[in-house]
This record gives sequence, structure tokens and C-alpha cells, in this order.
Amino acid sequence: MGGSISKMLSKLFGNKEMRILMLGLDAAGKTTILYKLKLNQSVTTIPTVGFNVETVTYKNVKFNVWDVGGQDKIRPLWRHYYTGTQGLIFVVDSADRERIDEARTELHRIVSDREMKDCLLLVFANKQDLPSAMTPAEVTEKLGLHRMRDRQWYVHPSCATTGEGLFEGLSWLSQNIKTP
Amino acid sequence: MSWKKDEDTDELGALMHLDRSTVLQEARVFNETPIRPRQSRILLAKIIFLLYRGESMSTTEATELFFSITKLFQSKDMSLRQMVYLAIKELSTISEDVIMVTSSLMKDMQPKSEVTYRANAIRALCKIVDPSMLPGIERFLKAAIVERSPSIASAALVSSLHLFGDAKDVVRRWGNEVNEALNGKSLSQGSSFFGASANQNQVVSTSNIVQYHAMGLLYAIRQHDRMAVLKLVQTFSGQNKGSWMGGSGATLRSNMAHVLLIRYAVRVMEDDPSLAPQLSTLLEEWVRHRSDMVSLEAARAICHLKNVTSKQLTPAVNALQLFLSSPKATVRFAAIRTLNTLARTNPEAVQPCNVDMEGLITDSNRSVATFAITTLLKTGNEASVDRLMKQMQGFMTEISDEFKIIVAEAVRSLCRKFPGKHSLFLGFLSGVLRDEGGYEFKRSAIEAIVDLAKHVPECKETALAHLCEFIEDCEFTKLSVRVLHFLGEEGPHTARPTVYIRHIYNRVVLENAVVRAAAVNALAKFGASTVGDASLQRSVRVLLKRCLDDRDDEVRDRAAWALRMTGDENVRDKYIRDDSTFALAALERKLVEYCADPGAALKGSFNFDSVPRISRAQEVEARDRQRQETMDAVLTGTTLKAPTSSKTAAGKGDLSADATQDAGASSGFVDVFEQQAKYASQLNAIPELAAFGEQPLVSSQTPTALTEAETEYGVQCIKHIYSNHIVFQFDITNTIPEQVLEQVEVAMEPEEDIDGVLQPVVVVPISELKCDEPATAYVAFEHLDPETFPAVSFACTLKFIVKECDPATGEPEDDDDGFEDEYSLEATELNAGDFMQATYIPDSHALWESLGDSAQSVETFALSNFDSIKECTEKVVELLGMCPLEGALAPKSKAAHQAVLTGKWLGKSKTVARARMTYQKGAGVTMELAVRSEEPSVSELVVSAIA
Repeated sequence: MGGSISKMLSKLFGNKEMRILMLGLDAAGKTTILYKLKLNQSVTTIPTVGFNVETVTYKNVKFNVWDVGGQDKIRPLWRHYYTGTQGLIFVVDSADRERIDEARTELHRIVSDREMKDCLLLVFANKQDLPSAMTPAEVTEKLGLHRMRDRQWYVHPSCATTGEGLFEGLSWLSQNIKTP
Repeated sequence: MSWKKDEDTDELGALMHLDRSTVLQEARVFNETPIRPRQSRILLAKIIFLLYRGESMSTTEATELFFSITKLFQSKDMSLRQMVYLAIKELSTISEDVIMVTSSLMKDMQPKSEVTYRANAIRALCKIVDPSMLPGIERFLKAAIVERSPSIASAALVSSLHLFGDAKDVVRRWGNEVNEALNGKSLSQGSSFFGASANQNQVVSTSNIVQYHAMGLLYAIRQHDRMAVLKLVQTFSGQNKGSWMGGSGATLRSNMAHVLLIRYAVRVMEDDPSLAPQLSTLLEEWVRHRSDMVSLEAARAICHLKNVTSKQLTPAVNALQLFLSSPKATVRFAAIRTLNTLARTNPEAVQPCNVDMEGLITDSNRSVATFAITTLLKTGNEASVDRLMKQMQGFMTEISDEFKIIVAEAVRSLCRKFPGKHSLFLGFLSGVLRDEGGYEFKRSAIEAIVDLAKHVPECKETALAHLCEFIEDCEFTKLSVRVLHFLGEEGPHTARPTVYIRHIYNRVVLENAVVRAAAVNALAKFGASTVGDASLQRSVRVLLKRCLDDRDDEVRDRAAWALRMTGDENVRDKYIRDDSTFALAALERKLVEYCADPGAALKGSFNFDSVPRISRAQEVEARDRQRQETMDAVLTGTTLKAPTSSKTAAGKGDLSADATQDAGASSGFVDVFEQQAKYASQLNAIPELAAFGEQPLVSSQTPTALTEAETEYGVQCIKHIYSNHIVFQFDITNTIPEQVLEQVEVAMEPEEDIDGVLQPVVVVPISELKCDEPATAYVAFEHLDPETFPAVSFACTLKFIVKECDPATGEPEDDDDGFEDEYSLEATELNAGDFMQATYIPDSHALWESLGDSAQSVETFALSNFDSIKECTEKVVELLGMCPLEGALAPKSKAAHQAVLTGKWLGKSKTVARARMTYQKGAGVTMELAVRSEEPSVSELVVSAIA
């Protein structure tokens, strides 16, 4: 009885659910972001062999966040998690200038997949605390986002360890989600 | 799952009609958000059921399925998660990219998650990791092994045992943790875990299973360290308190662990006989253990000891005797089975149990009853046989065919033991032949009668009469043929052959074509017999002539052939009285080869000379041996194993101990021919060697080891003689996992001058030799002077380049250029025996006479270094490389013996050697060796092989 009432209420207040896929090169900070969002703690992580999945509720939106490992051998398996994804969070290590090209290639490969054609793209320009970090504008440029016409995208600076910028990113996602 | 009882059958019925493609279609449910736990769980159950049922799934299907299952990790439902673990384990071998769940499983096995999660996650994780990822999770596994919760510790231990095969080095490092788990305090007070999961019913095991698993793993880790295993056994022996182990307070709470300990103790005894007395007292003590399981295992261990004394056996047999009257069928079965095995080697020791065993004949469990019977048949004495047979007759109709066969086989061996009771056995066997029964059973009864007729001359006529009666009304064509063949062989030598001829001719009139053909053959044997008088032969010819009008081609053909042959003395001798036969396995293989080769027919018709011949006696012996093996298998319930299987089992630290012992295969001569054919095909695969000829004229019968057992490298040498070349084949094994050898070859330095006789021509090295993957290198010499047969000794050295490698993968390290190394081997010799092919020659006596003195070479040797004639004969056979004729290897007297050997020099010239030996204590053996050969020079050469 109580359950059904809360369900109705949640409908009234628009409690939405959103399936988020978080990808990026290895050591970009995906797992750290996930657990900062989930536990509000900065955890020590080891390279993710496989994936982590957690639910994060923010502003009445329930985010189902899939954080899939970024190592070379796991990248080909990302595609298994495309189906049903409403938002892609692509995490970039802003201080890693050497591999930004590699990140661009991977990003374009992901968004060109048919399954991903309708999803929102949020880029976290992560590790802004490092001195040599690229600015969000620089990241936008290097990732070639301006060439993406038919897609809503947004680049936001972040620092996973402190949590700066993370929730701003989520609120952009929740505001722009298309109601089915 | 709380299905009601009556729904149960429906659910099961629904499962039985599951269709794979429908289930895979439904699997889309896994991809839905939000997850539907109950539906997903039932679907997973269906998938697992399909897999258990043996349904096969393609890699693509499995991978797709696997990835949709990974999506279920977002649900926190505990029962769903458990099903997910199970499904992952099942799919781990079929699906690709299963490492995808590594992170998720590692998270679940962390100390802060639920016990149920942790144990199952550990099990699933170990199925999906590859050895390279193991160091990453090592820390967690070590912690889990010493965990207080039995389910977690067990999961970690068992998983480690599975991992041990692929990652020995890593798992070895966990020895201390495993030891702690083994000695740990009672682990079953896991109350703290209940608090964490209030609504979950944790079943905490009280069986101390952790100790069992820890024992198994610890042994796997330490099995090659004899001292460590001994220490393990002593720690738990309960004795030696306060000695160098430091007053062991360790106790075994798990009976299964104790059973393992007993097996390990036995292995220690086998490896190091000096410890046997100490350990066998220990075994004796364990026989008195209060647990049936432990007591049985200890008794079984004692019964299976090699060279066990009757004093050692007594306590074990006493214990087993008590178990025979146990109310539990399994205990009775285990006891009677052990006694049955013991009765084969030590029937006297089992005799005290005879009374108890007779009680078991009427046991409600038929397996127990059958073992009781067969054991009694072995232990029984002549007096008790009558009673036993009567009892058996009573229940023959009640038991299934399978058991009837066992009984028939047992009676068959009994016939040999008590020939005096033949009339009793014959009565029994002919009685059971009249009863209902399947083919296999009838066949074993027939074979038993045939055996009896062969070995007990007095009863031959009665036996034949029983057989005649049997074929009058026999529903199995194959058995009629078998009996007719036997009648044909034995009938002509009886006092009144005409009786059998009547029975045989009845078959010609009444039976189907196959039986008629066999009957014609049998008649032909009567016709060709020299024993029968002329009138009998005339009558047989009349009968055969009538067969010429038969409806069937085959029958007419055989009749025509028989008529033609019985008329001509010479032809008759050639076909009917030939006492040699082809080695059938080799003949079959050659014929298959001939038929498979499209060009063969152009080269000419099939060459029968290339098929080795063996004597009939040898063939019979081979069949007997085979039969004995199958019979043992039937009686003990083990299946026949290929000799190679033991190795893999041992590697896994197997919990079943006795697999390795059965495998010791005795090689027969028929296998030798097979072996040589295999060599030929290996040799022909190498172009340089294939040029020497189609196949070697002579190949060594047994490989010679050039290294001691258990050294770093194992090398065996086999010699192949071609008409103009000699090839040395070296089978080399590398036993060091950390090394890969490259460019492996054998350098051969002749110790005598071989110029002008032998010249090295080809060396075939092994390009890469990994651990435990034997490969073959060759060295070939050209035999320049075909008149001289050199007797040379070669000093051999193994030369190679060593590279370090990763023991797990066997891949050499990239930057390692390796270094050259040598390893000296024992010398290999080439002597006259290597040029001789051991072949049976029919009618060697006639050959001996026809060759005459001119072809003979004689010499007398005083061989003081032999202590018996048997030893001497064996050495002579080995040196000459010839085939010992019947009785040659089994001297009847200790003082004098004559052995006849035959062979073909270079596979061509027939040679007969006759060795007369006398033995005197102190003087050793004096031997006169006379050799006659079609090639006179060969005789001398052969004689010189001894000197």
C-alpha cells in the first residue's frame, strides 16, 4: 500500500531514472568519480578489470552509472553496454596531453555507434587540480567536439578527488534528458 | 524456492521441455531496466539447467548471454546474485571475455560484503581469472583461506586447488595460510555472521570440511617434497608427542581429511621403504579408529600394500570382517570390495572371513552378493566349491546379466584352479546355458566351457557334447560360429569324430548362411585331419560335395575350397596346419594403409611379407592377457585406463589415489609391431630420413634410457636399421619448467674407429623443446660397407641453447638470447642384436634341420656372473634381439635348460639360435650357443654378439 503511494508521488514529482555509461581511457579517473558520487569519499582504486555499477540519486533523478574499465583489452567490450544508454560521461585526464588524441579517437568511435546515436554527451575535463591541466576549451578543441552537429554535448571541468564539478555535470544531464 | 509437492512434477516437466532457442530469446529480460529479479532468476535457472543437461552453446551465443547476465550486477537481490555466480561459472569456459566481471566479483569478495556473496564470488572469480591476473587477487585469497567462516575458507581452498594446475608458483606461496586453515581452531562458531544477515538462513557446516580441503591443497603444494609430506603425516599421527615437531596438539576433526592423510601416508611409504615399519604401525592404529570411513580406508591401505605380510594383514582383515556384518550397505560393500581385491593376491589371508561372506551371498544388495561370491570362489578350497556352486545355482535366475557374467568369469578362473571338479563346473555351466540370458552372458559361459575343454583333457569329450547340444538350439549366430570353430579344432582329435560331424552337418542343413559357412569350415578341418581314417575323410568329402549346392555364394566357395584343399597334401599343410598367424592388428593397419593409398594398387598387390608373423601360442597369450585385464576391470569396477592418463591426474594433486597404479602397462609383442609402425610414420615425416627407404628393416623393440630417471632431461634412444643407413632416434624430454631449450641435438662420438664403415650423414635437431613436451631428434649414419656389421659404442652428449622462460606460459623471455650448454648422456651401443628383427618363425625345428651344420656357428661361453639360468636367458635374448619361442624364458629346471630363439637378420635372412645352458653354484652359467642362418656369415656375427 505504502509502496504504491510513494510510486504515485514519485510520478507526480517526476522522479526520473537515467542510465549513464561512463567511459574514458585508463587512469582518467572514472572509478574515483563513481565512488565520489556514490559515497562522497575519495577512495583508492586499482585499474578496473571489468565494470562497476552504482545508483546515485541527485535532484530526484536516479542515475544508474556504469563505469567500465578503460584498459586496452577492455575497450572492445564497451559496446556490450551501449544499449539503452541515455547519457555518456566521457572522462578525460586533462593533464595527459600525450594521449588526448587517443581519447578523441575512442570518443568518436563510441558516438558513431548506432546504439549511441540519441544519447547525451557529458565530458569531464578531469584532474583540473594538476598544474599542467588543459582548460575545458582546450579539451573541447582537442576532442573535436565542435564538429559534432547532431548531438547535445557539454564539457565541464572537474576534480574527482575533491568532487568539484561532478554534480554540476549531473545536473546538466538531468536537465537535458529527453522524457520518453 | 517453495514449490508445493504436487507442482514439483509440473515444474520438472516444464524444465524437461525447455528449448534452447526460446530460452536464449527470453534472455532479453536481463537487459531491461529496472531489473526484474524474480523473472531473471527463474530464467537463469533454466539456462543453467540447459547447460547441465549437456546442451551446447556456440561461443557467440554464450558471449552475448554472458554480457546480458553481467547487467544483473546492478540488482542487489541476494538470490539473484547467487544465480548469477552460478551462471558465470558455467559460462566461463564457453563465453569469451569473461574477465569482464573481475571487478564486480572482487568487490563482492571483499571482507565487508555478505558471507554468501563472498564465498560464491571467490568460486566464480577463480573460474574466470587467468594466471597473469592472479597476483592481483592473491592478497584477498590468502585472507579468505584463513577466514573463520567455513564456507569462505572452503571456497578459497577449493578454488586454490583448481588454480594450482595453472599457477603452481603463485599457489605454492600460500602454504602457510593453508597450514593455518588445516590446524585452525573449530571454525563452526560463526555467530557473528548471523548478525550481519538477519533474514538469511546461514547453514554453518559442522563437518569440518575446511580441514579436508586444506589437507588436499597442502598436499598438492608439497607433494614433491617428501620430507614435508612425511611431516604432514607425522603431525597428525597422534604419536611422537614432544619430539622434534614440538609436541603436536594437532588433531584431525574431519574424517575425510583423515582418509586423505592415510593415502598420503601410503605414498610416503611407497617412495621411501625405510619409513614403512613406522608408518605401517600407524596404519594399524588407524584401523581401530572409531569412524567407519577412516577404519575402512586404513584397512584398505594395508591390504593394498606391496609385499604385505600376513601379520600386517590380520588386524585389517579382522576389521573388514566386522564391517561385513554392518547394517549399512555401503560399509558392507566397501569391505567386501577390499577383500575381493585382496583375495586376488592373498587368498589365504581372506579365508577367515569365509563364513561371513557366505552369509552375504543372500544379501539384499546384489553388488555386495556378487562380490561375496567372486571372493569366495577365490578363497574357497576344493571342499567348499560344491556347496558354493549349489548356492549359486539357486540365485542365478534372480540376478541381472551383468552379474551373471561376473559369476561366469569367476567360474572360469575356478575351473583352472580346481581341474578335479570339472564335472561339477560343466554341469553348472551347461545348466546356465539352458537358462534365459543375453549374448554377453552366454558368451562368457561358452568361453568358460572352451577353457575347461582346453585345459582339462579328461573332460574334453563331455564339454564338446555340451557345446554340441548348445548349438542345436542357439539363437546367437556369433556363438554358433565360435562353437563350430572350436569343434573343428578339437573334434578331429577325439576318439569318435563322427559324433561331432553329425552335429556340424545338422547346422549346414538348418541354419543361416553365416553359420552354414562356419560349419563348412569345421567340416573341412575334419577332412584335412591326419588323425582320421580314410573312410572318415571320404564321408566328409561327400558332405562337402553336397554343400556345393548351397544357396549362398560364400558357403559354396568355402565348400569348393575345402574340397580342393583336402585333396592335395601340400596345399593342405600350408593352410590348415600352419601354426603361425599374422599379427592381426598390424595386418589390419597395413591393409587400411593399402586401401587408403590411391597409388598402391599400381605398385602391385598387397605384400603379405611385410606383415609380421607371430605364433598361434603368442596370439592366444595376447588374447588371454587382454581378457585378464578386462576381467579385472569388471571385477573391480574400474574402467580400463590409457597409460597416459595418470600423469594429468597426478598433476592436480588428485584426491583419488589409486589411479596411477593401475596404469602400469605390460607391453606385449603385438604392441611392439604397432610401435614400430608408428616409428616408421614418424621417420617418413622427415624428408632426409624418408629417403633411406619405406620403413626401417629393423627397429629396436624397447627404447634404451640414456639418462637416470628423474634428472633434468630425459633421453631415450631407439635404433632403426635401413639397408644402407642406421638412424638413431632420441626421444628427449625437458623437465625444467623455467627453461626452453632450442636447437637441441645429440652429438655422437664413436669410441672406436669407424672409418669406411659408418659415416655420419644427417643430424635432425629439435628446434624448440618446452617443458614436458617430449620431442624427437635424429642422427643418421650411412652404412658404407654392407658386409661388415659394426659393433661400436658412441659417447653421446646433448647440446642445446638454454633460454629462461615464464613457467606459466612457456614463452621464452624476449630479451634472452640464451646460452649454449651441454649435458652428457650414457653411451649408446650398436651391436649385432640391433640388426636382428625378432620374429616368430613357424616350424623352426624343420628350418634348423634343413639349414644343416654347414650354416652353423657354435661357441661355448663360461658366464660366471649369472646367478641363474633365467637371468642368463633373458640377457641372451636381449643381446641377440631375437624372439624367444615358447618355454624359452621359463626354464623348467634350475640346472639345465635349452632355449630356442628365432629372428630375421635385417628382416630377411631367417635365423635360429639354440642356447644350451647349465648352471652350477659357484661356477655360474655355462652356455653353448649354436646359430644357424640362411646367410652363413650371419651365424658367426650373431655368436659374436655375446662375446
